[in-house]
This record gives sequence, structure tokens and C-alpha cells, in this order.
Amino acid sequence: MSAPVLEVQDLQKHFPVGTGSVLRRKTGWVKAVESVNFTIEAGQTLGLIGESGCGKTTTAKLILLQERPTAGTIKFEGEDIGGLRGEALMRYRRAVQVVFQDPFGSLSPRMRVGDIIAEPLEIHSDLTRAQLQERVAEVLELVGMSPDVAKLFPHEFSGGQRQRIAIARALATDTRLIVLDEPVSALDVSIRAQNINQLEHLQDTLGVSYLFIGHDLATVAHISQRIAVMYLGHLVEIADSAELCAHPLHPYTQALLIAALPAHPDVKQERLAIIGEIPSALAPPSGCRFHTRCPHAMPRCSTEVPVSKEVAPGHAVACHLY
Amino acid sequence: MGAPFLEVRNLQTHFSTFGGSRVVKAVDGISFTVREGETLGLVGESGCGKTTTCLSIVGLLPAAARVVGGEIRLAGEDLTKKSQREMRRIRGRLVAMILQDPMASLNPLFSIYTQVAEPAYYHLGMRSRSLRRRVEELLRSVRIPSPAMRMRNYPHQMSGGMRQRIVGAIALAGGPKLIIADEPTTNLDVTIQAQYLDLLKDIQQETGVAIIFVTHNLGIVAKMCDRMAVMYAGKIVECGAVRDLFRAPQHPYTKALLGSTAKLGSKEPLFAIPGQPPDLANLPSGCAFHPRCSEAMQRCSEQEPETVQCGQDWTARCWLTHTKESLRHERASA
Repeated sequence: MSAPVLEVQDLQKHFPVGTGSVLRRKTGWVKAVESVNFTIEAGQTLGLIGESGCGKTTTAKLILLQERPTAGTIKFEGEDIGGLRGEALMRYRRAVQVVFQDPFGSLSPRMRVGDIIAEPLEIHSDLTRAQLQERVAEVLELVGMSPDVAKLFPHEFSGGQRQRIAIARALATDTRLIVLDEPVSALDVSIRAQNINQLEHLQDTLGVSYLFIGHDLATVAHISQRIAVMYLGHLVEIADSAELCAHPLHPYTQALLIAALPAHPDVKQERLAIIGEIPSALAPPSGCRFHTRCPHAMPRCSTEVPVSKEVAPGHAVACHLY
Repeated sequence: MGAPFLEVRNLQTHFSTFGGSRVVKAVDGISFTVREGETLGLVGESGCGKTTTCLSIVGLLPAAARVVGGEIRLAGEDLTKKSQREMRRIRGRLVAMILQDPMASLNPLFSIYTQVAEPAYYHLGMRSRSLRRRVEELLRSVRIPSPAMRMRNYPHQMSGGMRQRIVGAIALAGGPKLIIADEPTTNLDVTIQAQYLDLLKDIQQETGVAIIFVTHNLGIVAKMCDRMAVMYAGKIVECGAVRDLFRAPQHPYTKALLGSTAKLGSKEPLFAIPGQPPDLANLPSGCAFHPRCSEAMQRCSEQEPETVQCGQDWTARCWLTHTKESLRHERASA
């Protein structure tokens, strides 16, 4: 297999928490991301799943270089992106793009669709006006829209169509990795299916890689080849999508699977064994972050942070049970 | 199963704007029943009239909307004929509502105690110590830890899942016979959602309250509901037992909705419904679903189908079912 598109090693990001007074003293740190490791292969999708506050979006921001990591490295096609400057940095930004959750917030209401899609091209290339228009028409057709819509404004489109425009913008440069931050959560069910099929089709034809962030296990499992599960900044389990759904090992992954809604009323439903809510990231539990809610917690769990172990080929879990 | 507790018959709720020159038929002649202790799922995409239906029942429609026809019978009385004053005696005591966003339904300036106590104070006439005991009991029943202490808190001191449970406690406070839950778990995380749904089921078993569950998530329907009504463009297109509808959906829209949901562990391509949900002010002719329907016929664009019975307690509004049913009748008579 060729080198992975993206390689994330021991990634950490801590945010300082101040008192808010004039002295701006730091009173603590929010450890948003701690020990995250994963790779994304060319033309593949990695699903990143977890509940709010688990560090999914911070991980995405670190990959997009909107935040600098406290520790750890992110390698894109073998090159550490922490050291990129000038032309190399521009090349990286061209290759990695993003689609956000809310298509009403991510498209400027004052710009025409054509200008929205052309903007990254204006920054990253020296195409002439005519060439720009040609490229815009090309990517619009890729996402299944007519090139004529370039003249319209975002408010003339529905949520699903806007999300396609956002995807078209992400594809405009020679994109090799798209970070999709909950791209279908805001859409209606029937439109959601359209957009997921569209994303899968684009991957088949263009060979682009995705980092798909979501919280709905069924959707993430559908689109991803591999899934990484996060809990309070830690990556607790990573495995192939089918393997993870069939043999979840970490108690948190098991809980997510039980919490996933049934596809049919005849599906037998287990009762969720985990209790309580996600602890605050400001004062996370010691040892394994999940031990306060875990049905299998042992004395060891509250003192020792479990290390990620590979229990089967391609299936790693961070839990003292294994 | 009990007698129908709520009976909605041919309900029509229209929004009229621009001095009545533009009329949007948000709810256009729907009928359904909810029996005592039963859970009905009201399913559909945004803008199909789910929420307007619920607001019509509790009499809290916005100023531009009006119930223009039909009746809503709750425990034998027609709610559409009630004055606002009479409705205040019914809301909270007979029907309660749980809304999507708990922060919007809780008042940030009042303590949890005040807000949970209010329905019991007005509807059950409870005062002082018995009221305090009632609030404690309610908070315990929605699994709030150390309720005696927690009821002195304010909404901002609680997490999203806890706030939604407080809203649940308020809904239960007046001892209602029917709770309308309008997408109560959309803002919650998956594990918190599962806990909340389990809690609602427990409460239903304890108190025997009927629930109308408004949602666009068929997984929730599969988990929670006994019967379901699928809405499209202001009409109920199919209504029946959840098991029947999941096993053999009659209306193409129900079929499409079921096919477009991702199933755990399945990689099969999803069935995408082409096009967009229609604009309610400018509906297609005939059956409103025909431009997006994969089985549309000539007749669908010309004539609107009637609701037909296609099984015990099972109705659909589609020409395909009409044809099937009439064939069966012919065969039966022959």
C-alpha cells in the first residue's frame, strides 16, 4: 500500500483557561485533545465519532492548521505540516479542504455561488476569468448541479443544495483530503441520503480522502472504511468499520452501539448500561477518562491511563480489559 | 388497549399572510387517534406540518395560523371550540408538551423548584409542604440526583440532558394523560438520548400516559412507538402499527424514508428521494408527492388520492393502494 495521505501521531492540544480578570492569570488547562493517533489512506474515509466535547472538532482544526498542536505531529503525504511555510504551506492548504455542518453559516449570503466556489481558486491559482468560470462549471457538475446556478445567491437554495455548493467549493482546488465536520447532521432525512451517496460517488471517481466527523454511528459506519472513537480527548478505539460494528471492544464503543437507534422495531434492544453524563473537560477523571461511567471499571482504571494496544490486525483499543 | 383518548378528525390549520391573500395549508385535513397509554410517532421532514399539528392540539398556534376546520376531541370534548381561558385549564392538566430546545422552554430567571411546581400549584391546588414533596418526587422520577438540593438550582447550572429531564418533570407535574414530545432528543448526545428515551418509556409504564412523539428519525419511532403516522405536505400519507409499516410500507414515501436511513453494518447504497420537499404555498397538483415518487402514474398528477383502509387499523393515501384494494374487492365479490 502506498504512503498514507494523513498520519496523526500523539496529537495533543491544550487550551489555557484564564480567570478573565485584568491579570489574565492562567488557572488551568482544557485538554481538548490528548493522545490521538490515526492514519488516513488515499481514497479512503476515516470516520471520527464521539459525543460533544470529546475533541473531534479540535482534531479537525489542528489538521486544518487553524490551531497549532501542543505536542505531536501531523504528516500529510509524509511531510510534517507543522514546519510548512510559504509556498509549501499554500500547497498544503490547496490539498486539504473543509465542509462544515451548517450550510447556512458557511456560505456568504452576499456572494454569488460562482464567486464562492471561485474564491479558493483566486487565492491558490492564477487562472484567467474564463478559466475560472470553466472550473466552477466543472465542479458544479461534479456535485450534480447545473453550471447555470453559478449566477444565483445561496439563499435561493435548500440546505441540501447548499451543502453541495460547499462540497463543490472544497473540490475546486486539487483537493486530496476533505475534512467533513458533521456535513449531514443539519439536513432532512431524504436529503441526507442524497448527499451521502454523492460523497461516496465523488470518492469513487476522484479518489479523494475524507475525514468524516459525526455522532450518528449508523451514518458514519455507512460512509467510512475505518472508524476512530473518541472520548474526552482520547482515542479509545480504532478499527475497520465492519469490524468495529461487529466486535466493539471498548465499553464506550459498546455503549455507542447500544445507544444507536434500531433500524427495525423487531430488533432486540438492550438497555444502556452506562450511567451519567460526560464529565467536564476542565476536570477530567484520572486514569481512564471513561471509568466514571464504565460498567466494567476496576480499581486500576482510576489510576492508570490505558495505552492503546493492537488486539487484532488493524484493531486497536485503549482499555485495561484487553 | 384503551379507547381513543385523543381523536383528531379532518383537522385543517392554515396560515394566512398578506391580509389573507396568501394561504399556506400547513395542516390539510388530517385524522388520527391516540389511545390511552399508547405512543404515536408523527413522522415527516421539516415543513410537513408536524409541529403545527401539535400546536393546534394545545391551542398555542402563532397569530397568523388558524384552525379552519375539523375537530380535536380530547377525552370527549372538542378543543377547537374552547376559549383560551378554558384551554389554560386543559394545558398542563390533560396535555403537556416537551419541546426540542430545553433552554428555550425553561426560564433562566426562576429556580427549578418554581418551574416544576407551577403546574401542580395551579392544576392540582398543591401548596407548601405537599407541593415541595411533589416536586421532589417528580425530580426523582426523572432521575435527577439529590433532588432536594437540585431544585434550588437554576437552569444554567445543569447540563443539556438534565435540562431536558427537568422539562419532562414539568410536563408530568400536572398529571397529564397525554404528552406531546416535539423532537425532544434532537439536541442531545447519543448516549444521553438513549438514556432519555429509556426514561420516557419507564415513566409511561409507571403513569400510563399517552405520548405523541414528533420526530424525523425513524430509529426513534422503531424504538419508542406503537403506531406511526407519516406526514407529507400537510397530509397524513400513511398511518398504522409501526411493525406493519416497517415490514410492508404501502405508500412510496414511507418506503423511501425507510430506504434512505443508514442501517448499522450495511454498506448498501442509500435510497435517495430525488428533489426537494415541496413549498406548501405552491403545492403540485394531484398527489403532492408525485414529482418525487418513483412509482408515479399519469393519474397521480391529476387527481388526489383518498385515504383507503389497507389493513386493520392501517390506512394509506396513494393510488397504488386504491388499485390493489379495488382488485381485492373484485376478487372477493367474484
